[in-house]
Amino acid sequence: MATTPNGNLVELKNVTKTYYRDKNPVPVLQGIDLTIREGEFVALMGPSGSGKSTLLNLIGGIDTPTQGEVRVAGESLGSLKPGKLAAWRSRHIGFIFQLYNLIPVLTAYQNVELPLLLTRLSAADRKKRVLFALDLVGLEGRAKHFPRQLSGGEEQRVAIARAIVADPALLVADEPTGDLDAKNAADILLLLQRLNAELKKTILMVTHDPHAAEKAQKTLHLDKGVLQP
Amino acid sequence: MKYLRLIVANLLRSKRRTFLTIFSIAVALFLFCTLRTVITSFEASLRASEATRLVVRHGASLVFPLPLSYRERLAQVPGVTGVSYGNWFGGFYQDPKNQFAQFAMDVPTMFDLFPETVMPADQVRAFQTERTSCVIGRQLAKKYGWKIGDTVPIIGTIYPGEWRFTVRGIYAGKTRDTDENTLFFHWDYLNESLPEGRKNYVGIYWLRIASPSMAASVSQRVDAMFENSSQPTKTETEKAFQAGFISMIGNVQLLLSILGSAIVFAIMLVTVNTMMMAARERTTEIAVLKTLGFSDGLILRLVGGEALLVSLLGGILGCGLAALIFHQTDFTGGGFFPNFRVLPATILTGLGLAILMGLLSGIAPALTAARLRIANALRKVA
Repeated sequence: MATTPNGNLVELKNVTKTYYRDKNPVPVLQGIDLTIREGEFVALMGPSGSGKSTLLNLIGGIDTPTQGEVRVAGESLGSLKPGKLAAWRSRHIGFIFQLYNLIPVLTAYQNVELPLLLTRLSAADRKKRVLFALDLVGLEGRAKHFPRQLSGGEEQRVAIARAIVADPALLVADEPTGDLDAKNAADILLLLQRLNAELKKTILMVTHDPHAAEKAQKTLHLDKGVLQP
Repeated sequence: MKYLRLIVANLLRSKRRTFLTIFSIAVALFLFCTLRTVITSFEASLRASEATRLVVRHGASLVFPLPLSYRERLAQVPGVTGVSYGNWFGGFYQDPKNQFAQFAMDVPTMFDLFPETVMPADQVRAFQTERTSCVIGRQLAKKYGWKIGDTVPIIGTIYPGEWRFTVRGIYAGKTRDTDENTLFFHWDYLNESLPEGRKNYVGIYWLRIASPSMAASVSQRVDAMFENSSQPTKTETEKAFQAGFISMIGNVQLLLSILGSAIVFAIMLVTVNTMMMAARERTTEIAVLKTLGFSDGLILRLVGGEALLVSLLGGILGCGLAALIFHQTDFTGGGFFPNFRVLPATILTGLGLAILMGLLSGIAPALTAARLRIANALRKVA
């Protein structure tokens, strides 16, 4: 895994993001400086509209900053063309969404396999990895189930299996427990802690929930587009 | 191939919509193949025309007959090496739906003038010696299950009444383009059955000429010979006659081509709309795939591939059904299209059109999907 010499997996320097609504600039992030070390589990908190998801998107390589540099896993994302950036995402980032975002017409197995379709792995190797990931999230017996046949907690666990199946360096989770009841939310947080502790996955998790943030090793606060000290 | 499962899964998302789209494309291409086959069957008729055969008919219209007495004078025109004649009978078998071509022919000269009609010598002899006999084409025999010795009753429309013919021969065409769906019987049998006023008249004369290069001069000579008579003639090559016969119903080729193109174009617009709708409904899923690392190019191919697969399946269904139905039913359009066969070239053209439809209908949704900005798409949902 490529990190900076000082062991940082994520480095943001003076990052600004501005959206335009009817040609009017709407600043979302302002002068963000941030580092996340390899193996850290970081929670990102802040009120609605504070720019949490935007920051997550910039680090995940699905959006570009208006200004500043975003360096993740040794790569300066601003220098990558869209095709290269897509390939980079598939290798280095695992995404976990609040609403799971599984493909409804694919089974749990097929959903988890999606990132591996982009690799040169054989069907047999893909199968091994998918079953391993499903086993890790405790859903090996649900491989042939479609999302509509799973509970919310199970869907999120399939989404986590999909996020880790390609063995990415960084997991970015946008409110992963936001749509779950307390029991399932606790299970998912426990799973994320396990991934961090046992598989040494670096995790950046956006959350509104202080209890969820407690599970992380470090909590960052964002307000009006500015990281609070 | 590993992405095919993804394409198929997306198509099966709304089975009814996918089926209806495939069905509408199939209908369009079925109609295209049918209309195209009308054109190719006309062309086959023209190809089957002999360059050394001229057709002589009444100068005013095909519906007026010519006197039998012209035969001797036609035979004496320099360059003419043979003369035969016949009448269009225009009947049907049992039911008006069972239409096919019937000709009353001058049997002694018929096989000499039409060497492309091939039949065993004993069958030719049997036909020549029995006035109420007939010969039928191989396809016609197959269609109605007729065999030698069967009696075939034909209900006349131009020549009213029930006419019974005994099958004494089954002919085959020398080439693929030769019509094998016609019944030929004795002109003498027809003539002797007619009332006095209608006797000894001929619908068409066929002349065999020594060389194709003599067609123009012989035609001019013949028409000049009868120019000032009460029954003037119009002489032309068999090919020109066939083409003129076809043009009697207008510029068929142009009309059918426009019709076929319009149908395909209309269905293509429907398909574009359907594929756009299908892609729009999946904005979030496409954004998720892109988040996972699916490149713009791959998304373009996946969404475009769906349109292509739908169109191709519709094309295979439509063209396949056309080929199968017209082959199984031996359709001849009441005898007007004796060579009504869906040619491999027509099927290939149809499939080519299906692919083109797929590409054109898939390009807009595929480009929209490929250009989708992940952050925007995900923000709309959140």
